[in-house]
Amino acid sequence: MPSTLPEGDPAPPDGRLPDAALATLHDRPFGVYLHVPFCSVRCGYCDFNTYTLTELGADGASVATFADAAVRELRLAGTVLGDTPPVDTVFVGGGTPTMLAADDLVRMLDGVREVFGLAPDAEVTTEANPDSVTPESLHRLAEGGFTRVSVGMQSAVPHVLRVLERTHQPANVARAVAAAKDAGLQASVDLIYGTPGESVGDWRTSLEAAIALEPDHVSAYALVVEEGTKLAAQVRRGQVPAPEDDDEAAKYEVADELLGAAGFEWYEVSNWATTPAARCRHNEGYWADGNWWGVGPGAHSHVGGVRWWNVKHPNAYAGRLASGASPAAGRETLTGEQRYDERVLLGVRLVDGLPLGDLREDGRRAVAGLIADGLLDGPAALRRSVAVLTLRGRLLADTVVMRLLGVR
Amino acid sequence: MARTALQPHATPPELIRNFCIIAHIDHGKSTLADRMLQMTGVVDARAMRAQYLDRMDIERERGITIKSQAVRMPWELDGTTYALNMIDTPGHVDFTYEVSRSLAACEGAVLLVDAAQGIEAQTLANLYLAMENDLTIIPVLNKIDLPAAQPEKFAEELAGLIGCEPEDCLQVSGKTGVGVEPLLDQIVQQLPAPVGDADAPARAMIFDSVYDTYRGVVTYVRVIDGNLNPRERIQMMSTRATHELLEIGVISPEPVPSKGLGVGEVGYLITGVKDVRQSRVGDTVTNAAKPAKDALGGYRDPKPMVFSGLYPIDGSDYPDLRDALDKLKLNDAALVYEPETSAALGFGFRIGFLGMLHLEIVRERLEREFDLDLISTLPNVVYDVTMDDGKKLSVTNPSEFPYGKIAEVREPVVRATILAPSEFIGAIMELCQQKRGSLRGMDYLSEDRVEMRYTLPLAEIVFDFFDQLKSRTRGYASLDYEPDGDQAADLVKVDILLQGETVDAFSAIVHKDKAYAYGVMMASKLKDLIPRQQFEVPIQAAIGARIIARENIRAIRKDVLAKCYGGDISRKRKLLEKQKAGKKRMKNIGTVEVPPEAFIAALSSDAGTTEKSKK
Repeated sequence: MPSTLPEGDPAPPDGRLPDAALATLHDRPFGVYLHVPFCSVRCGYCDFNTYTLTELGADGASVATFADAAVRELRLAGTVLGDTPPVDTVFVGGGTPTMLAADDLVRMLDGVREVFGLAPDAEVTTEANPDSVTPESLHRLAEGGFTRVSVGMQSAVPHVLRVLERTHQPANVARAVAAAKDAGLQASVDLIYGTPGESVGDWRTSLEAAIALEPDHVSAYALVVEEGTKLAAQVRRGQVPAPEDDDEAAKYEVADELLGAAGFEWYEVSNWATTPAARCRHNEGYWADGNWWGVGPGAHSHVGGVRWWNVKHPNAYAGRLASGASPAAGRETLTGEQRYDERVLLGVRLVDGLPLGDLREDGRRAVAGLIADGLLDGPAALRRSVAVLTLRGRLLADTVVMRLLGVR
Repeated sequence: MARTALQPHATPPELIRNFCIIAHIDHGKSTLADRMLQMTGVVDARAMRAQYLDRMDIERERGITIKSQAVRMPWELDGTTYALNMIDTPGHVDFTYEVSRSLAACEGAVLLVDAAQGIEAQTLANLYLAMENDLTIIPVLNKIDLPAAQPEKFAEELAGLIGCEPEDCLQVSGKTGVGVEPLLDQIVQQLPAPVGDADAPARAMIFDSVYDTYRGVVTYVRVIDGNLNPRERIQMMSTRATHELLEIGVISPEPVPSKGLGVGEVGYLITGVKDVRQSRVGDTVTNAAKPAKDALGGYRDPKPMVFSGLYPIDGSDYPDLRDALDKLKLNDAALVYEPETSAALGFGFRIGFLGMLHLEIVRERLEREFDLDLISTLPNVVYDVTMDDGKKLSVTNPSEFPYGKIAEVREPVVRATILAPSEFIGAIMELCQQKRGSLRGMDYLSEDRVEMRYTLPLAEIVFDFFDQLKSRTRGYASLDYEPDGDQAADLVKVDILLQGETVDAFSAIVHKDKAYAYGVMMASKLKDLIPRQQFEVPIQAAIGARIIARENIRAIRKDVLAKCYGGDISRKRKLLEKQKAGKKRMKNIGTVEVPPEAFIAALSSDAGTTEKSKK
C-alpha cells in the first residue's frame, strides 16, 4: 500500500467503532491483513510503508519483536470488534514478510486463530521475496496453516530488474515457486510492466517465464512512478524516461493475450487466475465491501463503512501498542455517496461485473453509450444485467467509472 | 520643518507651490515622497508606512502608482511658511491622459531619475508633456547612495534633455534622506506661484477621482479661479450635473476638511455621488449658482485601445463577475464592458482597456478583490473594416471579423519611443521590422544611449513586442508609445478548429505574412495542452476554408491500471472525487473536453505581452 496516509478524522484512542459498523460483521467476508514493514533494501520504484534495518535504529520495533507487536494489535482488535465470525482470509504483505522468520509469521497467524478463530477453508497468503524463502521455511509456513504464497517476480529480464533495483536472481523465482508447490502451497507471481527500458519483447519474455512456472495466479501491474521515490527523481532529472501510456496499454494487451492462451482468465483488471478457486479471496474481499482488520504500521482497515489507518512508523506503532493505545492515526466514516462511489469504482473492475441494478439512474443511462464505445461488454449487460469491462474498457476503467457515476 | 501650517482657503497664492514628481516605475518616487512627508512633519517616522501614498495592495506590490493623490505639506524657508502641494502622477503609458491632467494642475515638476540607470522612455514622454505644459523642471538624480550610481554621466544626459547645466541637477537619496531638504528649498525657490483670478466665478480642474466605499467618490481638484466653499452647490461643466458639496478639504496626508479652497489650492471634494463617471478627470467644477462661462480646456473621454474577453472558469460565477465589474467601474472611469457569449467559454464580458497594464490591473483586481477565477482571451485592438459594398464595421472581437468581400481593414498604430544603449540598435531595428514598424528617427541622448522613434501597429505591441524588446536588449530598453491614428493593413483572421469546430476564443487577427506561423504555433501548443480523449482529435488552423496547419491528438488508450487493494481504496476514491470536480470545470468544444488550464495556458504564456516582467 502507498505510504502516504490519507487525510481523515482523528481516531479514538481506544479504537472504538460505531455500533452500526460492528453490526455488519456477520453478513460479509471477514479478513485480516498483516503488514510487515521491513525490507533488506528499498527498491527505487517503491513507495510502500517499509523500512530497511538501518533506517529503523535501535529502539521500538524490530524484526525480532515485530510479531509480538502484531499480536498485541490483534488482541486489541478482538476487544474492539467483540463477537466476530471466524476469519475467512489472511494476507501478510509488506515490505518483505519473509524478512521475518517463518516461525514469526506462523506466530502471527496463531494470534489470528487465538483472537478470532480461523474458518476451516480459510485462505492464508504471504507475499515472499524469492531470495528470502527456502524449501524449509515454506514447509514451516504450510505446516503452520499458510495456504498460498505470492512471489515478487516483477520481471525475468536482468536489465529491467536492475532499473527496478530488484536484487533477486531470476533463477530464484523458479526455485521459490517450485518449493512452494512442493510444500503444498498455492503459488502466485507478481509482475510489473512499463519499466523504463523494457521492450515489448522483454515483457513477453517475462510473461512466458512466469507462465512456464505454472503458477495458478498472476498479478500484472503497470509501473506507476510514485511521488517521492528514487525513480520519480530519476525521471524528473531525465536520467530514465517516464513510463508511457501507449506502451503500457500495448503491454497490457500482450499480457491478456499470453495469459489467456495459457489458460488464465482475468478476474480483476490486474489479476488473472487459472480457475475461480485460484483467485485471491482476500483481495476479492477488498473489492466486495468486505470487512477486514489491517494489522501493522500504516495498515488500513475497513469495517462497515468506517475506514481507518495506523500510524506509519514502526517505532511509533510499537510505542502506541506498548502503552495500550490503538495505533490508528486517522479514520473516515463514509457517507452514502462515498460508499456508492466506491462500490462502482471497485465493482466494475471485476470480471463478475457490477450489477446494473446497483447503479443509479444516471449510471444506467450511461451504459448504452459505454457499450457503443466498446468499453462495456454488450452481451453481459443484456443477458446478465451486469456491467463488465471489455479489454478496451479495462484499459480505460477510470473513464468508465466516471461515466457510470454520471459525470457526463 | 514649518512650525505652523497655513490654513487652506486663507493661503495667498504666492505662498503656494504645486509640483509633481516625474519618474520611471522603480526610480524611487514613492520613497522620495515618503521622505518628504516625514521631513515636512506631515507624517511622523513611527506612523510611516513604506510608500504611504500608494494605497492599493497591487500598487504596493508592483511598486507603481495607479491613482494619483495630492498631499499638502508645510515648508519653511527664510522665516516664511509655504504650502507645498505634491501631486502624485501615474507613471505608465496607459494612463497618459491622467498624467497630462495631473501635470496641468502643477506649476513645476521634479524630474527624478535613478542615478544608476538614467532616464527611461516613459519618463522622457512625461517630461515632454511637462515641458509642453510650460512646467518648471527641477532635475534630480536619486539613489546616489548606490555603489552603481553614476551621477556625473546621467547629469550630463538630463542637462542635454532639458537645457540646463549638469551641476544644476540635484543629488538625493530618498532612502537615506540626503539632499531632500535642499530639494524642498529649491521647490519653493524655483517654482512659480500659481496665478488666478480670485474674484472670478469658480473654476477648478478635476485631476483625479477615486471611489471610496464609505465616502462615495472623492474628487481631487486644483482651483484655478475663484473659490469653492462647503455646502455650496457645484456644477460639472461637461455634463451640467449639479451636486451639493458635502465636504471639501486637503489631504495631509489624511483628509482634513477645510473652510474651502482658494486660487491655486489643491484638495478634495465629496458630493455623495457613487460613480466616478459623474466626476470625470479633466472636467471643470464651477459654482452652480454663479457658473463660469468657459470650461478649462483639455477634457477628453477615455478611449479604450485594447479589448479582451473575460470569462469565469466556473460558469456559475458569471453574476459575480458582472457585480464585480459594476463595482470596479465606480472607481475606473476608463473601464468599458459589455456581455458577450463564447461557444467555447460560455458567458462573459468583452472589456475595453486603456492598454495592457490597465488590462492586467483590472484582471488582477477582479481575481484578488472579488475572488474570481478567470480566463481572458488574447487581447486585441479595434479594427475598422470596410466591406466591398461600402458597409463599415468596427471589430472589437476577432470572432466577429467578417469572411470575404472585404475592401479594406484599418488597424490602430502608435508612435513608439524606445530608449536603449546604442549596442542594441541592430537588435531593436530587426525586431521593429519584424513587427511591421517603420523608423521615424533616431537621436543619441549621450555617447552610448540612443532614442529610436518608430511607427508600429498597436496590435504588435499588444501581442508580445514588449517581452521581445526586453529579451533582445537584456532588459535595458524602455518603451513608450502613444496612439497615432490608423493604417490600412493586409490582415486575416486565423481560426483554430478542434474536431472541425471553430473555437472562437482562439481566433486571432494577424498579418497575412504571420498567419501561418500563428496557426502552427497555436495548433502545436494546443496539442500539448489538451488531454488525450477517447477518440482522436484533429486540431487545425484555418484562414476561411483554407487549412494552414494541422496537428492530431491521439486517442487515449489507457488511464490508470494501478493496483487497488485495501490501502489504495481511500486514495483512489479521493482521486475520483477530485476528478469529478475537475470534470465539472471542463469546457466542452463539441465532444472534446478542454480543461480551463489549457485555455489559460494557450491564451497567455508566450502569446500576449505581460508587463509584469517590466522591472
